[in-house]
Amino acid sequence: MSTKIAYGIFDDDDVVMHAIPKLQEKKFKLVDFISPNTINGLDHAMFLKRTRISKEAFMYGITGTSLALLMMWYMNIWDWPMDIGGKPSFALYKNLPAFIPVTFESTVLCAAHGMVITFYLRSKLLPGVEPHVIDVRATDDRFVMAIEVKTDADKDAAHSAMKALGAMYVK
Amino acid sequence: MNYTFNQKNKTIAFVLIAIGLVSIAASFLTHNHQAWSNLLHNTFYFMAISLAGTFFLAVQYAAEVGWSVVLKRILEAMGTFLPFAAILMLVVFFGNLMAGHNGGHYIYHWLHHDLYDPASAEYDKIIAGKSGYLNLPFFVIRMLAYFAIWIGFTRLFRKLSLKEDIEGGSANYLKARKYSATFLVLFAVTSSTSAWDFIMSIDTHWYSTLFGWYTFAGMFISGIAVMNFILVYLVKKGNMPFITEHHLHDAGKFMFAFSIFWTYLWFAQFMLIWYANIPEEVTYFMIRFEHYRPLFIANFLINFIAPFLVLMTRDAKRKLNLLMTISVVLFIGHWIDVFLMVTPGVVKEHWHIGWMEIGTTLGFLGLFMYVIQTSLAKAPLLREKHPLLQESLHHSI
Repeated sequence: MSTKIAYGIFDDDDVVMHAIPKLQEKKFKLVDFISPNTINGLDHAMFLKRTRISKEAFMYGITGTSLALLMMWYMNIWDWPMDIGGKPSFALYKNLPAFIPVTFESTVLCAAHGMVITFYLRSKLLPGVEPHVIDVRATDDRFVMAIEVKTDADKDAAHSAMKALGAMYVK
Repeated sequence: MNYTFNQKNKTIAFVLIAIGLVSIAASFLTHNHQAWSNLLHNTFYFMAISLAGTFFLAVQYAAEVGWSVVLKRILEAMGTFLPFAAILMLVVFFGNLMAGHNGGHYIYHWLHHDLYDPASAEYDKIIAGKSGYLNLPFFVIRMLAYFAIWIGFTRLFRKLSLKEDIEGGSANYLKARKYSATFLVLFAVTSSTSAWDFIMSIDTHWYSTLFGWYTFAGMFISGIAVMNFILVYLVKKGNMPFITEHHLHDAGKFMFAFSIFWTYLWFAQFMLIWYANIPEEVTYFMIRFEHYRPLFIANFLINFIAPFLVLMTRDAKRKLNLLMTISVVLFIGHWIDVFLMVTPGVVKEHWHIGWMEIGTTLGFLGLFMYVIQTSLAKAPLLREKHPLLQESLHHSI
């Protein structure tokens, strides 16, 4: 990896909120923040990019819809034509009401599982992989700020800046 | 932060009311056979919107919701149309009853006397079996009870809210919370039974156990759409500087979510009847699908696909113009939905939507606009002494 990440661990979200504008003044690139609870206005203050997970969810959902319709068309119309609800119409669009519940479930299934799997892949959380933990108490009462740096000198600068602004320790 | 009902808007309201009166007069003079069903359609539609305002207000109290405090005055104003809707409903029902007695046609088929007389050729065993519930005195008692409950609670909420403006403190809020819980229980029953009475009994033979909920869902989403429209209108005029995009986002979410909820109930009712294919149930959809097909399909597309695709993204819910457009689209869409509930049962396949139908609706819209704007102007748009006001002003999502 050509870029490095400097972490600063804080124990007070208020300190973090005050540190953010000062870090931005010094042209540090704030890329992520790990927090056990939501902090109002934080993503706005950090200029964090909006996650693309919602667009991905839409794509996974569309995939689920298509797969379900394809499956039921193949099973009930093409391979073994079914008389559905006393209406032997043998056409997908005419039998569509009967297929909607399954289509809906499949859409939800694919969207939900797609999002979870994407999240695991992006976070490099796979079975057997040692998770990358910055501070075990980041899920309890600690807050982690991540700053992207290019060189080791920059990393040291980011570390000392965060320490000066109230970080408990840096990593 | 007060709203003033200016002369221009008054003129618009009066012109619309005049158009409505001319259209109603014309439809009776030209013996338009849809005249009565148009009146019932519009009365029910605007009554539903108004009732949804009071219902949503009660939900905010009962659930102790903080963010929506800034919207409460709009909801209160929407509820103040209920007395007018009640009078219109009584006029339509008794007017139609008199017209029916004098040889005209009834909106409600079950009002015919011959249906209950075993000696008559018109004797209808199924409808006679329903006479324990569907008879004139009981119907009138129920109708009056609905209006008494709905209007009574609406006035109570309004009174407590105005009292709070003077007294401050949380006593009035806690009282309103207690009453709203009572109201919600009563509403749960009356919203279903009123849907059976006003709408489902038009198709007297037919029944659907989901009908009350389906009507309620339509009522709720059309109310939310109108609430959004008023909200955006007031924000654009600069009357509500305290509204942030976070409030708009949440209001938009409600519009998005309850469009889907309506579709879910619409489809749940349709699919079970379509699948089972039982003659006495399927007639309801046969006439709507055979003779009302453009409206039947438009109903689904406008009320589901449009809000679903347009309001899906986060940014869309925060844009004033988009919210306003979708609320107008949904207003028209649910007008069609109520049209499809009422008209086929009354006039069978002989329907049309001409200038008289649209004019009647514009008349009702004019009255609605007049009443709503009058009550918006009567009180400040922000409830300055609401105990949860700060939470609402600093709402952030």
